[in-house]
Amino acid sequence: METLAHYLSLATQSIFISNILLAYFLGMCSFLAISKKVDTSIGLGLAVIFVNTITVPTNWAIRKFLLDPGALSWTGIEALADVDLSFLTFVAFIATIAAMVQLVEMTIDKFSPRLYQSLGIFLPLIAVNCAILGSSLFMVERSYNFGESLVFGISAGFGFFLAITTMAAMRYKLKYSNVPNGLKGLGIAMILTGLISMAYMSFSGINL
Amino acid sequence: MAGKNTKIFADPINENNPITRQVLGICSALAVTVKMDTAIVMTLALTFVLVFSNIIISMMRNLIPAKVRIIVFLTVIASLVILADQLLKAFLFDISKQLSVFVGLIITNCIVMGRAEAFATQNPVKESALDGLGNSLGYGLILILVAFFRELLGSGTLLGFQIVPQALYDIGFQDMGLMLLAPGAFIVLGLLIWVQRTIIGYTEE
Repeated sequence: METLAHYLSLATQSIFISNILLAYFLGMCSFLAISKKVDTSIGLGLAVIFVNTITVPTNWAIRKFLLDPGALSWTGIEALADVDLSFLTFVAFIATIAAMVQLVEMTIDKFSPRLYQSLGIFLPLIAVNCAILGSSLFMVERSYNFGESLVFGISAGFGFFLAITTMAAMRYKLKYSNVPNGLKGLGIAMILTGLISMAYMSFSGINL
Repeated sequence: MAGKNTKIFADPINENNPITRQVLGICSALAVTVKMDTAIVMTLALTFVLVFSNIIISMMRNLIPAKVRIIVFLTVIASLVILADQLLKAFLFDISKQLSVFVGLIITNCIVMGRAEAFATQNPVKESALDGLGNSLGYGLILILVAFFRELLGSGTLLGFQIVPQALYDIGFQDMGLMLLAPGAFIVLGLLIWVQRTIIGYTEE
């Protein structure tokens, strides 16, 4: 029971209170570029949830069994017992992510060509989406265990999904508003994100 | 020829700024701008990575098969970022702690990837280096401007020195706590973009 409550609180924490996009600014590039249409944002949001759910626990395993100081001791080879490969973290993580993205890309192409068409160039760009690499790096920095990193992966992805669909819906309405010339597009999008992020901050009083 | 090189170098600083115009690399621009010193160190780290990744990728541009280029780029960039990260940890440990995951996130900083894809794959080494330098300066300019306003308004200091005089606090002036939080960053950058686009007279359709 206690673990369940812990996971629930971690999920609320990463979806609402410290939303990966609105509090840590990760994934802004694709957020700004894609959030012009609601259905593409839903597609990208789902792809991010999916990739994040796979990559964070995978990277946890890589970190735990290959890269941490002394992690190779499970091989039983004495010479490897105190090897510290943690400086390879970045390369290993980005390689895992790139491979996973390739996998998702092939799957979507096979099962939903229409979604594949509409996501266009942004699907490969998930590989360089800061939100994905960022969640893996946060997982290391906050030293989560396997269960925590699985929950964190899903809920960070869900937080991104929520933020990008909210934004897309608002930008849809924005088309009919009279925005000053220089502020059109990027400028007003930034200010709007600021306001959404302010709204999300009011969740920070919640304690589970 | 000299004129063309100047253009490659100077364009991204204002007219074609990576952040306000090309919409690249916004994540880190917002996250590290609570204080001036983190913004400056971040700019230095990005300059190092961007210039060298542009040079290396430009040198290899005829050797990389188009299909696997993204992976090759990522490997080059990730290796350079590891180098920058280790250097920061060795010489500027405190700041490297404050930057936390954001040094690692230079790998996925769209500027590095975007310039590699858009410029370094098609241009010789010297031009690519100039392009990298220009883009990192344009990035740094925005970063330092945002950090300037956030630190001044949010904590009344610049680079850690007290700027807002005590007399003002005595008559009831208060720091804007909002500036230190995420919404402050979004709003300051939004307003900066407005100012910059009004000056260069650019309107997005």
